Amino acid sequence: MSRRLSVHDRGVVLMASVTATTSSAGSLPEAKAIDGFLAVSLLAVLAVSVRAIWFTPVDAMLGAAQKIFYMHVPAAIVGLYISCSLLAIASILYLWIKDERLDRLAEASAEIGLLFMGIVLVTGPVWARTSWGTWWVWEARITSTLFLWLLVLGYLVLRGAVESPESRARLSAVMGSLAALLVPFIHLTVRLFRGMHPGPVVLKPEKPSLPPEMLLTFLMAIVAYILLFFALLRVRMRWAALRDARAVLENA
Amino acid sequence: MSAQHTAPDFLADALRIARKDLLIEFRTRSAFLAATVFAVLAVVIFRFTWDPTAIPAFDLAPGVLWVIFTFSGLLGLNRSFGLELSERAYDGLLASQVSREAIFAGKVLANLAFVSGVQALTLPAVALFFDLQVGSGWGVLIGVVFCASLGLAAVGTLFAAVASNTRMAELLLPMMTLPFFVPLVIPAAQTSAVILRGQPLADAMPWFKLLLAFDLVFVTACLVVFPFTIEE
Repeated sequence: MSRRLSVHDRGVVLMASVTATTSSAGSLPEAKAIDGFLAVSLLAVLAVSVRAIWFTPVDAMLGAAQKIFYMHVPAAIVGLYISCSLLAIASILYLWIKDERLDRLAEASAEIGLLFMGIVLVTGPVWARTSWGTWWVWEARITSTLFLWLLVLGYLVLRGAVESPESRARLSAVMGSLAALLVPFIHLTVRLFRGMHPGPVVLKPEKPSLPPEMLLTFLMAIVAYILLFFALLRVRMRWAALRDARAVLENA
Repeated sequence: MSAQHTAPDFLADALRIARKDLLIEFRTRSAFLAATVFAVLAVVIFRFTWDPTAIPAFDLAPGVLWVIFTFSGLLGLNRSFGLELSERAYDGLLASQVSREAIFAGKVLANLAFVSGVQALTLPAVALFFDLQVGSGWGVLIGVVFCASLGLAAVGTLFAAVASNTRMAELLLPMMTLPFFVPLVIPAAQTSAVILRGQPLADAMPWFKLLLAFDLVFVTACLVVFPFTIEE
């Protein structure tokens, strides 16, 4: 995750940028204390949360608990669809092209995806308790999310257990590529059980069933979460590039 | 398969590798005994945590079977590449004429034989201790067990190769493989349940098709990506 660079790190960055032309890390990103894109996306998430809590009508049927929806669904879109797709694509491409930037993309997508999937898995039961009367049900989409979360966790543990950067990239790309094939199977397997998770409310063939105010908040939330995801991804990839450059220098 | 190798060569190489692994296992018998003892102990523990008046045997048995098969299989998988890493035997294997795909296929065959051996002892034990009336379903049940074991062996062997490159292979292997075993274990348990209840197999057809599709996709995919697990 992102962190402020220490004086030592700054020195390393300086040295790294001097040797950047010869190092395999390529051109190094600039180290900045505050990332503009991240700040804007955090503000957007904050603004949309304020709008959702105070300025969007309370659902007549589900009450205040429905507001979790503005966090739960955008986090699911980002964590399950965007980050898992990026992890899969980056892993498959890495085995093919062997570009270390793809490895860093896979690593960053997995880590940030795990965070967003975590949000989904925490907000889901809170909502289910008030609406279904139970914390957890073994329903198709919930179960798939849990398995995906475990899968990505396993992927990250594997990354942590390999010392050499080249082996780490290669072995984790093997797991990432296989995971891409596994997702449809997990989906099919758990779909064969009957589900009670609410169906799509926005992406339906007929008109969205949300009132316009709620729909607007919801769409804004999706945009804000996507922004936050890419801002975190950028910071995380930049950090990984610095770490790799430092490793190159230390081994030189 | 590399271009200069023909299909019979590939199969012969794979069988030679499998034979070598099984011979080592046969001479030491350590992993096989450990997996079998584990399986029987698990049956006993399940028997004593089970209330027969609450859950009928044929409802509990499929779960018991597949929990035991999965975990006893894992015990054998760790050994698969650990064997090669001692005394750097793996380097010799890689330096030989055998293609990487044939090495993988051989390892899968050896692991499949290992798992099947454990199952051959566990299945009757579960049937005996849980008093299951399998009757004419034995053939179908063995077929289902074999299909699921093939997928388990293929995915497990690949991840055993991946894990053997890490500092904590024994811990990492279950973490990586168990999510992959979900689309195998759920359909296998569901199909076994249908057989044990004496229902027609047609009731379990969607599950069985899923099992076959998993085997087809993952045996191929693991064969393709296996060479990437080897240090050049």
